[in-house]
Amino acid sequence: MRPQTEDELAGMIAQARAPLRVQGGGTRSPALAGEPLETSGLTGIVLYEPGALTLVAKAGTPLHEVEAALETGGQRLPFEPMDARGLLGTQGTPTVGGMAAANVSGPRRIQAGACRDYMLGVRFVDGAGRVIRNGGRVMKNVTGYDLVKLMAGSFGTLGVLTEIAFKVLPKPAAQMTVVIEGLDVAAAVAAMSQALGSPFDVSGAAHLPAVGQTLVRVEGFADSVAYRAHQLRAMFAAHAPHIEDDDLAVETMWRGIRDVAPFHGRDGDVWRISCKPSDAPDVAARLDGALMFDWGGGLVWACLPTGFDARAALSGIGGHATLVRGTARPVFHPQPAPVAALSAGLRARFDPKGILNPGLMS
Amino acid sequence: MQMPEPNLGVISRKADIVAALRRVLPDGAVIDDVAETRAYECDALVAYRCPPLCAVLPTSTQDVAAVLTICHKMGVPVVPRGSGTSLAGGALPTADCVILGVARMNAVLETDYDNRFIRVQTGRTNLSVTGAVQEHDFFYAPDPSSQLACAIAGNIAMNSGGAHCLKYGVTTNNLLGVTMVLMDGTVVELGGAHLDAGGLDLLGVVCGSEGQLGVVTEATLRILRKPEGARPVLMAFESNEIAGECVSDIIKAGVLPVAIEFMDRPCIVACEAFAKAGYPDCEALLIVEVEGSDAEIDEQLALILDIARRHNPVELREAKDADEAGRIWLGRKSAFGAMGQINDYMCLDGTIPVSELPRVLRRIGELSREFGLDVANVFHAGDGNMHPLILFNANQEGQLELCERLGAEILKLCVEVGGCLTGEHGVGIEKRDLMSVQYRPEDLESQMAVKDVFDPEWLLNPAKVFPLDASQARRIAAE
Repeated sequence: MRPQTEDELAGMIAQARAPLRVQGGGTRSPALAGEPLETSGLTGIVLYEPGALTLVAKAGTPLHEVEAALETGGQRLPFEPMDARGLLGTQGTPTVGGMAAANVSGPRRIQAGACRDYMLGVRFVDGAGRVIRNGGRVMKNVTGYDLVKLMAGSFGTLGVLTEIAFKVLPKPAAQMTVVIEGLDVAAAVAAMSQALGSPFDVSGAAHLPAVGQTLVRVEGFADSVAYRAHQLRAMFAAHAPHIEDDDLAVETMWRGIRDVAPFHGRDGDVWRISCKPSDAPDVAARLDGALMFDWGGGLVWACLPTGFDARAALSGIGGHATLVRGTARPVFHPQPAPVAALSAGLRARFDPKGILNPGLMS
Repeated sequence: MQMPEPNLGVISRKADIVAALRRVLPDGAVIDDVAETRAYECDALVAYRCPPLCAVLPTSTQDVAAVLTICHKMGVPVVPRGSGTSLAGGALPTADCVILGVARMNAVLETDYDNRFIRVQTGRTNLSVTGAVQEHDFFYAPDPSSQLACAIAGNIAMNSGGAHCLKYGVTTNNLLGVTMVLMDGTVVELGGAHLDAGGLDLLGVVCGSEGQLGVVTEATLRILRKPEGARPVLMAFESNEIAGECVSDIIKAGVLPVAIEFMDRPCIVACEAFAKAGYPDCEALLIVEVEGSDAEIDEQLALILDIARRHNPVELREAKDADEAGRIWLGRKSAFGAMGQINDYMCLDGTIPVSELPRVLRRIGELSREFGLDVANVFHAGDGNMHPLILFNANQEGQLELCERLGAEILKLCVEVGGCLTGEHGVGIEKRDLMSVQYRPEDLESQMAVKDVFDPEWLLNPAKVFPLDASQARRIAAE
């Protein structure tokens, strides 16, 4: 099914009696049963007001179209959404709806916030075929419950997004990265914590064990970026770091981290582990496989032997682990009983027929 | 403002209810004396008052769970209360309710500078969260203007903002986790020191749910390192339109100030009379603040002043030192006090797309003349969050009602131009009956479905947020 309008979509869902597999561009769709329901027919940028830092787009709009439009206004989506194709070996075109439904955020999440933090409003069709609006297009809005956050990261299980309003931000003129070589995980996390706890407005902090590099990014006006990069280099003088100031090199470096390039084409299950940064060394010690650290250590990417249960190995450490690539189930971290009951209650209310990506999040 | 009829069955069982609560709470934590419950009869929306059945002041999550278990079993409505600073009536009691105040729960539970968070009990005031970390040069970003008094519990309930949220976001963007007690006494943990939800983002929907989904007893908050410095500039213009264009041009130029505050002439005049900050004689005034090292501030301000000069400013005033910076902020920070000095006032909170600023200000001026009530405008211009202050005389028969009617017209205007009823104060009872201006019945139904899941009996703060007729069937079924 590939509806061309929101009304058509609502009609299809209202009529449906069997499971639907909701997908945007299909770049991160897990193998699920059900008839495919594609949003790629619902496209177009509805509104872009650079002076109000606002962009509204239909859910099936390709992400690259939105990024190109923002480029003309010197702006961007600040949360740096990942392109999952290289990691998952998928084809297709990432859409803003898929990005929002999966709450996809990249390295800048540590400074700027997540996709959900930049979603101002949504329109969606719930599992009964009702068209629902929540939030709006303004930056500050506490009118009623925030179902926008609830829809972000609900992976199509509560409704099918049709339109999303985003807050956007100016794209800085310059960026640089301080590169520290040779730290182990514990030393890298300590260094990243020190950088993130500095007044120098760090917008990325990652550690790549494979190449032995710890990277700290700053962005902004040119003089300011140079000043802050040098302050950070001085902070870590004992490790003799260098500054990468070539814009293209910095761009490529962080795109690789965003898209988890070290794991492309590498065999094994891929886990995405969100933890307290200072727990990252403990996480690393318990997992036997390739690792990559983003968000100052708060996000651990792990490529582990197929079928290995990372959650069991990490038992007792706070946070959550999602199986991003692999066939084991569940994909999402099981929740404590009272929280699981609330989530199940919401699914039953928003998808009373149990037809939207059933089983994906439960 | 209509409130539902209290449940007489509950009121008749007051003695039993109070006795049951006394059995589980420490001495002095249950207040049932009629003279003393009066302290809880209203919040900062003082036009509406109603003493509760009783008030409880628990000191721990376990206490809160015990209170809610009893109230759930006995079918007693509960109205949670932070510091009682809501301008929307979010903590207004009903005669049949227990007020659950978290004021005695104000401990700092954990500070962690390496992982950049603080965990507090939610009765702690907003400003004292920053107070607990400032010796390490950290701060908690959301800064509602009531921050000296308002509690984190209320900030979470209303998803409070502040002057600096253009850069740092509002409460929901700075809240990492909560410990929350559901109406049946179940304690749940949502989020924590890590980022993002592992399943549905329940934390995101709890924040801003106005105490209707659960009672948040502990919160994990993101703390940030203070920038090296901050400096404001003051810019005066010949008209609201020009000031509005200047705001838009600053944002389009790629600068992201931490604050852009806007004051119109009626507001400037009142503030001058009250605080004597030495503001220029002009139609509209902007205060723009930027952060960073001295050199970074110079760079950003040069760009901003360049843009301002293209709009023929009446005056541009830079702060050369902390004293001059203080004078620039003085008038703005005393705006509400200044208004209170001349008159009673009602503070609105609608948000509009920034591009609609000139049109909305013009229309507010027309409405002000039609209704015969003065309106002063002071607001966060960068994010379009307006705070029109309607001046009236509460002692004069009919003026409150007239003022409320004008307020409703202004909020409808905000929605009409693509904005919303409330940007940071919340709906409470104040905007409850206007919700259907912004949302269609099915939109409200989907929100009420969330409450059905968290609080199936509709006992938590039941008469707020949703129009009474929309929530009636659910509230009656609960009785």
